[in-house]
Amino acid sequence: MSRFKKGKGKGTPGISTASLPDIVFMLLFFFMVATVMRQNTLMIENKLPMANQVEKLDKKDLIIYIYAGKPSSQYKSTYGSEARIQLNDKFADVSDVKAFILAERASKREELIPFLTTALKVDSETNMGLVGDIKQQLREVDALKINYTTRKGDVQGNFNN
Amino acid sequence: MAKRDAPEVNAGSMADIAFLLLIFFLVTTTIEVDSGISRLLPPMQPPEEEPEIIKQKNIFQVIVNRTDQLLVEDQLMGLSDIKEATKKFIDNGGGVGEDACSYCQGMRDPSSSDNPSKAVVSLQNDRETSYKMYISVQNELVAAYTELRNEYAERTYGKSYEEILTEFDKVYLGKNDKLKEQIEDIKKKYPQIISEATTKNN
Repeated sequence: MSRFKKGKGKGTPGISTASLPDIVFMLLFFFMVATVMRQNTLMIENKLPMANQVEKLDKKDLIIYIYAGKPSSQYKSTYGSEARIQLNDKFADVSDVKAFILAERASKREELIPFLTTALKVDSETNMGLVGDIKQQLREVDALKINYTTRKGDVQGNFNN
Repeated sequence: MAKRDAPEVNAGSMADIAFLLLIFFLVTTTIEVDSGISRLLPPMQPPEEEPEIIKQKNIFQVIVNRTDQLLVEDQLMGLSDIKEATKKFIDNGGGVGEDACSYCQGMRDPSSSDNPSKAVVSLQNDRETSYKMYISVQNELVAAYTELRNEYAERTYGKSYEEILTEFDKVYLGKNDKLKEQIEDIKKKYPQIISEATTKNN
């Protein structure tokens, strides 16, 4: 009769860890989905202007990014406070834009080339002179589809600061 | 009697909970998508080609100067008024004969634009113009077109252009021919013709 009670009374059993893989996978999936890889470290101030008549820019592989704005505080001493263009991870001149677009274009698959869009991420305090120069360069290499990247919001928000 | 066992926790449903959480996060997380105002730059013009001549009355001139002031058709204007002025210009429909516009709701002033498909909004800026002002003006111009398209769609199809667009995104591919047709029609009736002139150097 005592045989049936033998198993009991042997310390606390461990909590089952059978579902641990599930939890880990869940976290993994979550981060995989939610993470947006940042391609470029910004060396400039980049406070985008606001607009509400916007279109979405999905298909990230079809977008070439050009950043412009004043160098951020840690680069001010080296590069001055005049608005500059940033291509990939370094500052660039207006004359570099053409070569950059051509290089980016060469790295894409051929059938995608007609659909490439250039996203201009320009700080709201920049002068149009620089933007105009970039646009002129883009026209010269026939990269005509552009997108002025903005934040969502009312235009009045651009002027309250 | 020695120590007594704690009853084992049933972990069978743990996986279900995990999946539930996974699905919850999948549904609620929005991955940040960039958005902005899309524009098509004019192609470089071959030097021997003559630029197309557009009638003066079909051009709506918007100039943003170096101190971010707006000059619209030679009148100083605030940012909040430009949308109405643009709408009035585009929807004027003053044309006669083959330029006539049957769906326009405007004043039909013969000295303003003939037809929305002829009306050109020309946006000029100075090198010193600030980017935020430029984008704000662009935004207002696009807003004028969107409102006209909305009004037209409301009259013709009983729902606004933006509603049609969101519906178009929801419907399965292959079943949206009718919506596509409507969108094409609206775009044809009010084509967005905004010309960004090259920056003035003086």
